[in-house]
Amino acid sequence: MNSFFIYSLTGAGLFVLGLYALIVHAHLLRKILAINVMSSGVFLLLVALARHSGEPAAADPVLQAMVITGIVVAVSATALALVLMLKLHSATGQTQLHDDSGE
Amino acid sequence: MEAVLNSNWILLPVIVPLFGALLGFLIPGWVRFIGLITVVISATAVLLLGNQLLGEASVQHTVGGWDAPLGIVLHADGLSLLMLGITAAVFVAVSVHASDYFALPQVRHFWPLWLMLLGALNALFVSGDIFNLYVTLELMTLAAVALTALGDEPDALAGAMRYLLASLLGSVVYLLGVAFLYHQFGTLDITLLGERAEPVPALWLAAGLMFAGLMLKTALFPLHFWLPSAHASAPAPVSAILSALVIKATFYMLLRLWFEIFAPFTGGMFVAIAGALGALAILWGSVQALRQPRLKLLIAYSTVAQVGYLFVGFALAVASNSTVVWGAVLMLVLSHALAKAAMFLAAGNLLHFARHDRIADLDCLAQRLPLSVAAFGLAGVSIMGLPPSGGFTAKWLLLQAAFEQGRWEMLAVLIIGGLLAAAYIFRVLGHAFTPGSELSHTPPIIALRRGWPALLLALAAVLLGLLTTVVLDVLAIGNPVQLVGGAG
Repeated sequence: MNSFFIYSLTGAGLFVLGLYALIVHAHLLRKILAINVMSSGVFLLLVALARHSGEPAAADPVLQAMVITGIVVAVSATALALVLMLKLHSATGQTQLHDDSGE
Repeated sequence: MEAVLNSNWILLPVIVPLFGALLGFLIPGWVRFIGLITVVISATAVLLLGNQLLGEASVQHTVGGWDAPLGIVLHADGLSLLMLGITAAVFVAVSVHASDYFALPQVRHFWPLWLMLLGALNALFVSGDIFNLYVTLELMTLAAVALTALGDEPDALAGAMRYLLASLLGSVVYLLGVAFLYHQFGTLDITLLGERAEPVPALWLAAGLMFAGLMLKTALFPLHFWLPSAHASAPAPVSAILSALVIKATFYMLLRLWFEIFAPFTGGMFVAIAGALGALAILWGSVQALRQPRLKLLIAYSTVAQVGYLFVGFALAVASNSTVVWGAVLMLVLSHALAKAAMFLAAGNLLHFARHDRIADLDCLAQRLPLSVAAFGLAGVSIMGLPPSGGFTAKWLLLQAAFEQGRWEMLAVLIIGGLLAAAYIFRVLGHAFTPGSELSHTPPIIALRRGWPALLLALAAVLLGLLTTVVLDVLAIGNPVQLVGGAG
């Protein structure tokens, strides 16, 4: 019970921390890392919930399958984001998105 | 209560495009042929599934014989069928246009990604559990972002990057909502969740997170900041699909979750916020569209406004609690999909012909590109909401609902939005009809297969208004629209 709260609070903390970093940092690499921190927070929460909602001895396999799938998705998304960032850098020399004049 | 038939047809629209995408990667020399054939086969499968659905209530398929929770259950009813149908129709038309659009290095990347996007959309529309929805959502996002960046211009790359970051944020927030729902009710299956749901804090928290994530991905004002740059800088066929279908997919998820799970518990507060943001989106999007110097940006901001209509329609439909008003919301989804795809294709042709899309310099195009300008004008008829277009029927029904509920502010917004739409569309048409100067370059010849798909899509959007009863009948299959406290 106690470790459940530690893990889930850490997960929620990581989520909020990542969201904050995503908003305040302009550098694209930091934004990509921030999203990864956010997803890690969600995954940690899911693992903690798996322990909590299943039997005391065995964790809930559905939630663990969700985390594995989520990690695969996060890895591919990160790869795509990094390639995009590199291409943007070589095309414009910029490592951040500047605001549109219209917005 | 209702006959649920086990169907194998439901599997084909998901598997065929994914298989075609792999085949396209493996045999790059044949990629265009494989792409076109796959899109047609997938559309045929949707027709067969539709034929089966018309005789039954709703169908489902347990993949590999593994039941939920470990297996994946696919489920299709009238709402899924409408979305699958519009996806098939728009994809076939835009694929014909795209078969002439891309040159050699890009074409090998375009078709596999294109089919991947089609497979992800189809899978999303038949998913029966909230985690499977998350996976298809991510597959859709990754394919859509890669397609946006295909042009390799700095604008497109920046647009794709912004789109990717916003989408990933939306997905993570949605996933957190999934975690809360599963923890509270012990299942991912949407139908089971609907049966087990009860008003507890976890449900409200999950509803808030999931709807916020989906609103970001549907680009509801003020979360639309990523849309104009991505939709305006992508290649024309990609812009067409992004505006026509990809943002509708997340709106579909929102409707699905609302009907099945959240409707009895989430009250007026949420609906009022959605309606108010929708009204602001109509006004802001239309005014911005009027101010844009470039045609593709104008169309992209028009999408922001039309997303507003979807949410205003959502708020009115919840309040009126009638299937007809929900039908109007679906008519909006369908007619906007057809009209906006036509507009982006026509804009792509104008851009290709004139080598720019500055509205003020689009002179004399009505004589030079009659097919594309006609397509743009006809699509505009549906966007403005003139009879007999699908947009007219939908907006008329919404006006009626607003009138009956005494929502005068919504009534005003709906009317002002229509007038502003007329203003920005006639602004483009006006320039297209002005006699102009000689072109400074030898213009390319626009192939017929680039012109006709746009015109046919626009015609379909205009004629959709005559099919309102058909849409309502299909929507009734399997009772996807569950009214609060009613028999449905």
